[in-house]
Amino acid sequence: MLEVKRLCAALLLAGLLAGCATSGGNPADPLERVNRAVFAFNDGADKYMLTPVAKGYRAVLPGFLRTGISNFFSNLEDVWVSVNDLLQGKFQEGMEDITRVIFNSTFGIAGIFDFASDVGLPKRTEDFGQTLGWWGVGSGPYVVIPLLGPSTVRDGFGLLVDGRADLVYRGIDDVPLRNSVYATRAISNRANLLDASSVLEQAALDRYAFVRDAWLQRRRNLVYDGNPPRERDESDDEPTK
Amino acid sequence: MKNALCFLLALLPALAQAQTTAPDVLVKTITDEVTAMIKKDKDIQAGDTKKAAELIESKIVPHFNFTRMARLAMGRNWRSATPEQQKELASEFKTLLVRTYSTALTNYREQRIDYKPLRAKADDNEVTVKSDVKQSGSSQPVTIDYEMEKTDNGWKIYDVKVGGVSLVTTYRDTFASEVRDHGIDGLIKSLAAKNREPQGSKAGRS
Repeated sequence: MLEVKRLCAALLLAGLLAGCATSGGNPADPLERVNRAVFAFNDGADKYMLTPVAKGYRAVLPGFLRTGISNFFSNLEDVWVSVNDLLQGKFQEGMEDITRVIFNSTFGIAGIFDFASDVGLPKRTEDFGQTLGWWGVGSGPYVVIPLLGPSTVRDGFGLLVDGRADLVYRGIDDVPLRNSVYATRAISNRANLLDASSVLEQAALDRYAFVRDAWLQRRRNLVYDGNPPRERDESDDEPTK
Repeated sequence: MKNALCFLLALLPALAQAQTTAPDVLVKTITDEVTAMIKKDKDIQAGDTKKAAELIESKIVPHFNFTRMARLAMGRNWRSATPEQQKELASEFKTLLVRTYSTALTNYREQRIDYKPLRAKADDNEVTVKSDVKQSGSSQPVTIDYEMEKTDNGWKIYDVKVGGVSLVTTYRDTFASEVRDHGIDGLIKSLAAKNREPQGSKAGRS
């Protein structure tokens, strides 16, 4: 709950600051100055807290165990993925994702094995922010949320709903236990991304802008389920000769 | 029957020269070849980015159109660049992408790639080759799409989209603000500076 309140406060603050922030480059990012500050803070928190823990996690636990833990959380998440499929009117996808949960919870032993992927039911990514996007809600300005990272006003609101629907939140009443489960999930997720961050380090001239522009494209792609309409300005792409 | 077969066989080399390799076949061939080489190469697996870069230069670079990539990343500013600057931009951008890709290659793990059937007409000059990459240890496949164009020297890749994120457009805003603040030469300079940075070890600075 505290997490949710903090998120609300961050979004509110971001909204308030929108008035006084100066617009730099990307029109989708009117809050760039504030966002850069939060990004730097998140970067520090990631570098000195989360990354070392995630590296330790990867060093200590054998691969099959890490995969099992990652799959376990992914299976819990699939319940909410199916609900979002249905909220977007995608009945076939919803049924497939429910089938994933049933298969993986039983044959996959409480979700530790992603058995469903092997029989042709691959994992999907859906969340409430995407559902809103699917119904035509614009993403709004880009917002970097403290500790949670890149988002937009729409997706930040979506995160609030996702957080309430989260099975870990709903299923565990004991707060210290729940927080340890949250922490385990965060570490597991971070450990899955360790390789990606070294690539990012090498790729970006300006990490902030690179992450922002990649993230916005990624969300747009997810809302359109992998087939976003072309956005390219044709005048930018004239033949060289 | 036998004669027809002989005739066909005799014709094969000629056909191979006259026809360019189909774009999806090309992508698959390159990928298979490169992954096979990484699997054999203990140095690259141990994080030797220099060796990975050599592999990329020889096997992958010839199939990319870096001038078009730089042009797409530059957007409107491309036209205000002199031919000399355009050449430098394409070359620095190429180096940056090769270095980035070599970091990614040293992180290579066992993966399975499924190519989706190519949706294109025979006379199309631009196609998208779509693939799903599934890495061992993670349940969710990542889509990798190659935007390709037909040239006189066969099909060339001019953009790669990973999970819907375009390699080229992700640079667009960075390039635009760099040009706005420091001009085109400023952008070339910062690209060159980035390319001179020592490349991280396998773990990288994460």
